[in-house]
This record gives sequence, C-alpha cells and structure tokens, in this order.
Amino acid sequence: MAELVGDRKTGGKLDMQAEPVILNIGPSHPATHATLRFVAELDGETILSLVPEFGYLHRGFEKESEAHTWTQVVPYTDRLNYVSPLMNNVGYAMAVEKLCGIEVPERCQYIRVLICELSRIIDHMVCIGTNMVDLGALTNFWYFWKPREEVYMHLIEPLTGTRLTTGYTRIGGMQWDLPEGWVEKCRAICRNVFRPAIADVNALLTKNRIFIDRTMGAGPITAKDAIALGFTGPCLRAAGVPLDLRKDQPYLVYDRFDFDVPVGEEGDTCDRYMVRMEEMRQSVRIIEQALDQLPGGPVNVDDTRYVLPDKQQVYTNIESLMQHFKNIFEGIQVPAGEVYSATEAANGELGFYIVSKGGGGPYKIKVRPPCFNMFQGMPRLCEGQMIADLIAVLGSVNIIAGELDR
Amino acid sequence: MAEETKSPVLRKLVETFGDAVVSTHSRFGDDTALVRRERIVEILAFLRDDPDCLFDFAMDLTGVDYLGEEPRFEVVYHLYSLEKKHRVRIKARLHEDDPVIDSAVSVWPGINWYEREACDMYGIVFRGHPNLKRILMYEGFVGHPLRKDYPKAKRQPTVGPEE
Repeated sequence: MAELVGDRKTGGKLDMQAEPVILNIGPSHPATHATLRFVAELDGETILSLVPEFGYLHRGFEKESEAHTWTQVVPYTDRLNYVSPLMNNVGYAMAVEKLCGIEVPERCQYIRVLICELSRIIDHMVCIGTNMVDLGALTNFWYFWKPREEVYMHLIEPLTGTRLTTGYTRIGGMQWDLPEGWVEKCRAICRNVFRPAIADVNALLTKNRIFIDRTMGAGPITAKDAIALGFTGPCLRAAGVPLDLRKDQPYLVYDRFDFDVPVGEEGDTCDRYMVRMEEMRQSVRIIEQALDQLPGGPVNVDDTRYVLPDKQQVYTNIESLMQHFKNIFEGIQVPAGEVYSATEAANGELGFYIVSKGGGGPYKIKVRPPCFNMFQGMPRLCEGQMIADLIAVLGSVNIIAGELDR
Repeated sequence: MAEETKSPVLRKLVETFGDAVVSTHSRFGDDTALVRRERIVEILAFLRDDPDCLFDFAMDLTGVDYLGEEPRFEVVYHLYSLEKKHRVRIKARLHEDDPVIDSAVSVWPGINWYEREACDMYGIVFRGHPNLKRILMYEGFVGHPLRKDYPKAKRQPTVGPEE
C-alpha cells in the first residue's frame, strides 16, 4: 500500500531534446479561486511534474485559539471552510462536547443535521458551479448561484443574522432556536428550489457531450492510491471507496435517516461531479426526513456550567448573574484530557484534535482540514496530464484555502 | 486503567510490542497508546497491516508542546480503518534537545505534508522524510510558531522573492 500503484507514475517524457518549461500558476490567479500556487514543469502542454504550494492565507488559527476561551473559538471556525461555515461550527462544538461529556438535546441534534446538510448542498453547488466557470460553462454557475442565494436569504440569514460569519453553535447547544416559519421555508426551498436546480444542471451537464469529453479521464486516481494519500469525502468516493462517516461512524442522529452513499469508479473529474450531484439529492432527502421528524423541546442543555443562564434569571438573582459573568470572563470549565472528533464535512473528514489542561480555554487545537490531503495529491492527479486539465481537476477537488492554511 | 478493559487493538499492541508501549488509555472513548519513538515506524506499519487492526488511513498527525514537562514534545498520529471502522491514537514523546523521530512516509504517503507541518510549527525533525521543508510559513521565517514559548504577538518581517 505504501507505493503508489497507478499507471501514470512516471508522468510524461520530453519528446525532443529540449528543456522543460517551468510555468508558475498563482498564487493570485482567477482559476485557483484562492491563494494557491503551483509550479508546473511542462513538456509542451503535458505536465511533467507539479509542485503545489500554499500558506498564503495562514492566519494562525491554532495559535490564536490557545489564547481564547472555548466559546470564543467558535467564530474562528467560521473562517475554516468559508463556503460551509456552519459545518465547522458543528464539528468544533461536537469535539468540545465530547470532552465535556455533554449530550445535546434531540432538537439541537436535528437542527445541526439540518444546517450541516444545507451547508453540504451549497458547498457542492459552489464547487460544481465554479468548476464549470473554469471550463467555460458560465450558465451552470448561475443555475446554482441562485439557489445558494435563496438559502442564504431565506434560511441562513434569518437563522444566524449573517451570511458567512455564522458562529451559530455553542458548547452544549445553539445560539438560539429556529426562527418562526423556518421549517416551512426550508421545506419550500427543498421542493421549489433545490430539486428543480439540481434537475436543471443535471439536464445541462450530465449527458452533455462537451462536458463529458472534457472531464472524463481528467485527473483520475485509483482507490488504493486515494486511500494511501488519505483522501476523504467526495474525492475518495469518486474513486469507488464508500467511506462516509455519516454511515460508518454515525454521529448526531444520522442513523435515523434513509439515504445512500454514491460512489464513482474512475475517480476522475467527471466522477467527482457525479458523486457531488447525487450527494446533493441525498442531502435533500435527509433534510426532508429531518424536518418531518424534528422534535420539540429545548435546544440547549439544561446546565448553566456550559450554557449561559436565562436572561431573566441573570437580571433577578445573584447566582445566575455570577454564573453568567464567570462563563463569559473565565470561559466554561472543560475537564482536562484529549479528544479527536471527526465529522463528515462537504469536502471530507473534518477532524478536531483538542487538548485541554482544564480551565477556560484550549491548550491546543489541531484541525484536520479535509482538502489538505487532496491538495497534497494534486501532483498524483495531474502529472502526465494536459496543463488545461489542471484547472478542471483543481476545481473538482474543491480546495478551500481557509481550511487548508488555517 | 485495568488490563481487562483495554480495547482489542490496544491489547494486541501491548502483546506484540511489550515494553515499547509505554502506556495506554481509552478516556473519552478514544483508544490511545503512548509508544517509544525508536520503534514508531515498526508499530505504525504493524497497525496498518495486521488483520485485526488494518489502519489504512493516516487521518492526522500533529505535534503538541508540553512546555515545562520532560520530555517536552509529543507527536500524535490519528489512524482510521476503512474495513474495521475503528480509530486509534498513537503518541510518542520527544526530548527538547533531540526532537527527532522516524518519518512514516514509507507507511502512508499521505502523511508527508502533516510531517512537514509538524516540523514547520514545532521544529520536530522527521528522519528520512523526502522533503522536510517549511510548509505554511515561508523559508526565511525564524522559529516555530506553535511552540508555547513563541510569543503570540511576535512579528517578523515578510520577505520578498529571492533575488
């Protein structure tokens, strides 16, 4: 397993006696979507070798979090994968709750599933949409951008008050419950927005000869190589490995829903597109089931050690006022220990490794960003291929510099 | 922790490697083994290939700086098995004056960049790594930013491209 076994290991060879051309792509280039850099060695249009570089968006998330309280870290997690910030909020909150031994109320778990699946859908829409822009198919981009906007306007903004900087989870619950009418709006969006949009793009692309010719065989990877390189998420499933933590190590209430895990065969750009399209349909299914099953009750645990006391109590009795003060200024008190908690984010496994020495803030937080391994595997996907395919492949693996560089 | 409460993976690890496994625990439901750094690659390769373990994914690797403790640094591996659907955490302690451990790139190629990152952030040297360069920071950066004795507010001049 250690050796990479695919048949394109050696890349290309120079045809004529000539020097290879070194081409620098990025860090600021419209097709990289983020500040990424590649140094490609070319023979004509064939990539002989590819060296990815990153770190341009490094802002010291892990260092910064060591100087903050547990709750203050939540907004920082928004900026990891900024295309689906709610998923990072949930992943982080679940990791700290694992350390505290908190089980959040059922309603909270359902709300987390709902926002995770909504985020997965819009994340895949951005990925496919921008990938198609790079390939010259601008129309599809708008077919996906409009539904994404509807989600922001009608669901995420009323829920969190913002678009990107959501910070919606808390240790032991959520910032607040769903606003009035949200469930009906969500149901309407599934029916009237998501399903038609997915059907439209499906009709535009899936049997489109130009699209198929352009993406089939671009950046393939074998299942064995994908595992050895640590791929997760749609890129791994496109290679035929049905790893999905929602099924394999169910968290929240994912074991109560009926959904399928799509897999591809070749692991190429076309398969990655197909897997993402199907995952969106499955996410819509999950959302509809979750809305049907959504229980009532509180969203926060009934424990003021972790969740702020009721405002009315804070104003009227001294114990609640003190608890409120302590929770804000000293931070909630989390027991000493270490945990690793993983969730299935839109791009793959989002892991949080947290070390606590007790007290109000983390001793160390390490994020396992899903696209780290995929970016590392870019040479594997692209060497021996055409330089124009690099753009197609890069869009389809969905590199998000926010989580890559932290 | 009592011997009989050990998970099968940890039990197997202790049986096979004996003294090389310093301690184990399963707190918070995460199976964890602290091992001696000298045999790390051997242990990781065993965990990958053993039919009861089959950890084919190296999900994460990082360093931790326990400033003031001896040994100071810790390297933490998180492994996952596709077939068995279980996880394990392997840790090894390194002394401050000799923060060197063997590279696991030969076991999982995908661990390459994680080792580079741990080297960049903590100054841990992975012996046998094919390309142990800085990864998040730039080449001219001085020090290792995630070490506890690196001040959070410290600034360094940004450097331009080399002439």
